[in-house]
Amino acid sequence: MVNAIKKFIQKFYLGIMLLFLYAPILILIVLSFNKSKSRSKWGGFTLDWYRSLFESSDLLTALYNTLLIALLSALGATLLGTMGAIAINRMRKSTRTIMMSITNIPMLNAEIVTAISLMLLFIAVREFIPNFQLGFLSVLVSHITFNIPYVILSVSPKLKQTDRSTYEAAMDLGASPIMAFFKVVLPDIMPGILSGFLLAFTMSLDDFVITHFTKGPGLDTLSTKIYAETRKGIQPEIYALSTILFGAVFLLLVLVNLRKDKNQADAKPRR
Amino acid sequence: MSRDKKVEKKLKEELQGKKKRNNALLASPYIIWMAIFIIVPLFMIAYYGLTDKENGSFTLANIKLILDPVNLKALWLSIRLSVISTLICLLLAYPIAMILRSLNMKRSSFIVFIFILPMWMNFLLRTIAWQNILERNGILNTILSFLHLPTLNIINTSAAIILGMVYNYLPFMILPIYNVLIKIDNNVINAARDLGANGLQTLLKITLPLSLPGVISGITMVFVPSLTTFVISNILGGNKVVLIGNVIEQQFKVVNNRNAGAGLSLVLMVFVLASMALLSKYDKEAEGKSIW
Repeated sequence: MVNAIKKFIQKFYLGIMLLFLYAPILILIVLSFNKSKSRSKWGGFTLDWYRSLFESSDLLTALYNTLLIALLSALGATLLGTMGAIAINRMRKSTRTIMMSITNIPMLNAEIVTAISLMLLFIAVREFIPNFQLGFLSVLVSHITFNIPYVILSVSPKLKQTDRSTYEAAMDLGASPIMAFFKVVLPDIMPGILSGFLLAFTMSLDDFVITHFTKGPGLDTLSTKIYAETRKGIQPEIYALSTILFGAVFLLLVLVNLRKDKNQADAKPRR
Repeated sequence: MSRDKKVEKKLKEELQGKKKRNNALLASPYIIWMAIFIIVPLFMIAYYGLTDKENGSFTLANIKLILDPVNLKALWLSIRLSVISTLICLLLAYPIAMILRSLNMKRSSFIVFIFILPMWMNFLLRTIAWQNILERNGILNTILSFLHLPTLNIINTSAAIILGMVYNYLPFMILPIYNVLIKIDNNVINAARDLGANGLQTLLKITLPLSLPGVISGITMVFVPSLTTFVISNILGGNKVVLIGNVIEQQFKVVNNRNAGAGLSLVLMVFVLASMALLSKYDKEAEGKSIW
């Protein structure tokens, strides 16, 4: 009896907390179907915002910029970060500690400080190269920089788990170092690389502060567009767009999770 | 015999040298990137923060701006609100992590998924949605008055900002604590119970000390962004509550005084580093801790 009550309280608490986390998201989804443009009144159900979304070229441009920056910065950070993680893993302990501390700076430092420091760097570059403008490139470079630590922190634990002797065995059997790496080490650390990539993509997509400081006047991502509209009121198409994005990711992740479960179920009897 | 050994030694040295060169080749793009985009920018802040706007000569005036009563008040308010939010996050997150552990999920990735998923709805939009909830005629007050309870007026106050901070950064407290908790061996806890410790004693003497690294990294991941935010205070504070982040942002985007902004950022950075150094004293696993 006591146990049952305890279980109930636990579930109840968890439910309340999930409600707390997801309530704003539910509100945004509801607003995307709201006929009234006002945020506080329900004016009936409509799909108008979803229709006009695809006619709003500046919103679609912002979406394109956001996704392109997220994709490219995640790719760049994954490449640099994985190379860095492998190199760091092979270093002596003292060097490794120094490298890891520097790696962690953008993650531990205040976001606004990282953003400002990069902005000042780009401004200084502009003094030397007059043609250089703050814009897509500066935002991309900044995103790669703050994403690298997430990749390294995802890949490093996997590298520590891999057995060095398998790599050496491959070389003994005649594989070149590059071949041994791609055939033996890479498959082992792939899960870490993938989760690093996904994390980097998510972080870049959700970022506002870094973009706010390092973008030029011409470039807009979804975040900066929303921020500019907070005072004058958000156009309802943005709710629609966010709902589509959120729904797509939700479906994708559920599918991936289900498939993993199925694979695990399939794999078991064979053992 | 000795010639063979010499040859062997030479071969070994060559191999080692090659390995080192390979590693340097692998490390160099990353090291160069970090030097240019992490180290140099930090020096840029120091440079701007310590020079005069007009003639570029050395000055401490930008640093001293923090002693201006308005800025000092903003810094003090930021510290107070972020400490309160961090404590609330800790109090809310620890039980959640304990419950999640007791659920014994086979794949913990699902739990990470649940708490990361909200990030796919833009962070600004989620904070704006809290405006809807907290407004004078918002959703919360509608529910409260329906239940004949007194209504709350917390929009544009410090309370709303604390709520925004807790909401946005709670997952960053839950995940590190959960990750440490699931690694604790059940046998350790059972042993404590066998030896006569009650539930509370086990929590205080076993679980809590063992989960300390997770708690520490959770605290840093909540405290630093709360201390330095300007977005949450902007949206939920409606210009009535000014934090140190707002002061710095305005120096760059409104006043257009980079040197003043950089000077204040320098002070903020020192604060962040000092609190981190203080925390790392309690953290034994400094290297390679994973947050996720």
